[in-house]
Amino acid sequence: MSVTTLHSSALAQRQPSWLVRLFDYKPFLIVMCLAPAIGLLAVFLTYPLGLGIWLAFTDTTIGKRGIFIGLENFQYLLTDPLWWNAVFYSVFYTAVATFGKFALGFWLALLLNNHFPFKSLLRAIVLLPWIVPTVLSALAFWWIYDPQFSIISYLLVDVLHWRSSNIDFLGSPWPARFSLIAANIWRGIPFVAISLLAGLQTISPSLYEAAMLDGASAWQRFRYITFPMMMPILAIVMTFSIIFTFTDFQLVYAITRGGPVNSTHLLATLAFQRGIAGGELGEGAAIAVSMIPFLVFATVFSYFGLARRKWQQGESND
Amino acid sequence: MTDTVAQGSAVAKAAPDTMAWDSGLRRLMMIYLPLGCFVLILLFPFYWMAITSFKPNAELLNYKDHNPFWISSPTLAHIKHLLFNTSYPRWLKTTMLVAVGSTTLSLVASTLAAYAIERLRFRGSPYVGLGIYLAYLVPPSILFIPLATVVVQFGLFDSPLALILVYPTFLVPFCTWLLIGYFKSIPYELEECALVDGATRLQILRRITLPLAVPGLISAGIFSFTLSWNEFIYALAFIQSGANKTVPVAILTELVTGDVYQWGALMAGSLLGSLPVAIFYSLFVDYYVSSLTGAVKE
Repeated sequence: MSVTTLHSSALAQRQPSWLVRLFDYKPFLIVMCLAPAIGLLAVFLTYPLGLGIWLAFTDTTIGKRGIFIGLENFQYLLTDPLWWNAVFYSVFYTAVATFGKFALGFWLALLLNNHFPFKSLLRAIVLLPWIVPTVLSALAFWWIYDPQFSIISYLLVDVLHWRSSNIDFLGSPWPARFSLIAANIWRGIPFVAISLLAGLQTISPSLYEAAMLDGASAWQRFRYITFPMMMPILAIVMTFSIIFTFTDFQLVYAITRGGPVNSTHLLATLAFQRGIAGGELGEGAAIAVSMIPFLVFATVFSYFGLARRKWQQGESND
Repeated sequence: MTDTVAQGSAVAKAAPDTMAWDSGLRRLMMIYLPLGCFVLILLFPFYWMAITSFKPNAELLNYKDHNPFWISSPTLAHIKHLLFNTSYPRWLKTTMLVAVGSTTLSLVASTLAAYAIERLRFRGSPYVGLGIYLAYLVPPSILFIPLATVVVQFGLFDSPLALILVYPTFLVPFCTWLLIGYFKSIPYELEECALVDGATRLQILRRITLPLAVPGLISAGIFSFTLSWNEFIYALAFIQSGANKTVPVAILTELVTGDVYQWGALMAGSLLGSLPVAIFYSLFVDYYVSSLTGAVKE
């Protein structure tokens, strides 16, 4: 190591090119290092974000430059039953799916935190639903939810004889809504489980030993040690999960495209339908922008609500 | 609650043998059984996807004469159809190009950014780090409409290059954040020694810091690759012509035609589209899981 550095420093001394010296000038180096990342984010993230907010106040359509029309798009959305329906379903979808993901994911994390053979192999397998492209697994769900050849219907009707007719999973609003939520939970469990498992592994075993000596039951150990210690990581993972569930697009687009009778439109799919497919860029942008207040509210709620441990202090169900 | 505990310990004192057997059964019921159910449910859609890909059409839509959970006469017809009668190979190639291109671009940009933020400390570097991190919280579903107009302005509409340039918006924040953590774990003294020896900053980055950060670079690379392979909404909005589509978009928009769905071909396409990510993931699974779980304890 020292030989190489000596050699190269000798080289640098022999030809003290201005370029080498320029790169040793710290402010220049800092700018050069940050330029690619900041440049990419400025051009393809910050600028479009601003442009999107601007578009929401215009009547731009594909092929026609829009003019500023103030709050007209938003006023229209407030009278649009489809927008209200998308707001309702986005909130419902996020609430139910997040609850399901965290309940089941936490359970899976607790199970994976035990000692048993082939543990690391199992962890790797369990992550698969999260690795595989969502649209491709969504297609598998589409096929599982087929009205005629659903394997779930087959099991319930022909094998178990619990039902007399096939379930029409995607044909009517409420079954379709819950079918999508089930697919979303399925996809989200692995990430929640692995992240929470990381949190579980940072809890010192001595806490549990002390609690055992004091005669705490398994539930009490979970309630007074595991749960409070997991709060910080739960807050972060839940914030992320809420943001990405609320703005989900792929699952709904792949499985129902918002149908039947527009009952499963999320705000993102509605924005796509109006903005790109329908060509009403201004209105689509307004729908996308209307997600921002919900996102801010959800983030503040999950992050600060959990990080300050309000739920934990207010709750007394044991 | 306390009553049950007292009762439980009383039983344990009375009959230690029953207790041992009991805890074995308890372990089975409380750990292995639920774990088995989880694995079964998490993997079933993949099994169903795989089995459908190799089923002849006659078996696919006839549950009366054939057991749907098994294939009696497996066939490669669906995969053959996919590879020779559709543009599937082309879609795979485009997806691979986009994933590799955007991963490379993101790795370079985020390595430099993470190095500047963590190592070349300057006033305001924590805020730059926070700003880049916050960029991750801006979801693509808010950005795709204005980004579509930006892409058109740049003359990149319908070009895979648009995707290579746009994907870093969600890859760079993630990778930078991951790599800052890795750079933090490399002792700063190593760089100071090299500085004293007269090495330039670039030499230090290339010969000392980067080689030590290889595990971090690998996990950032895997995450970027899988995330860009997975991306859907930008690819759907920015690519028009059938030939330039990525696998997830193409399967949904080009293979789903008419009222009768070609389930065999659709599932074969999903399976083939999932395989590259699954293989890539399995090669580096330890990096992947350990960077997700922070530090794996065993």
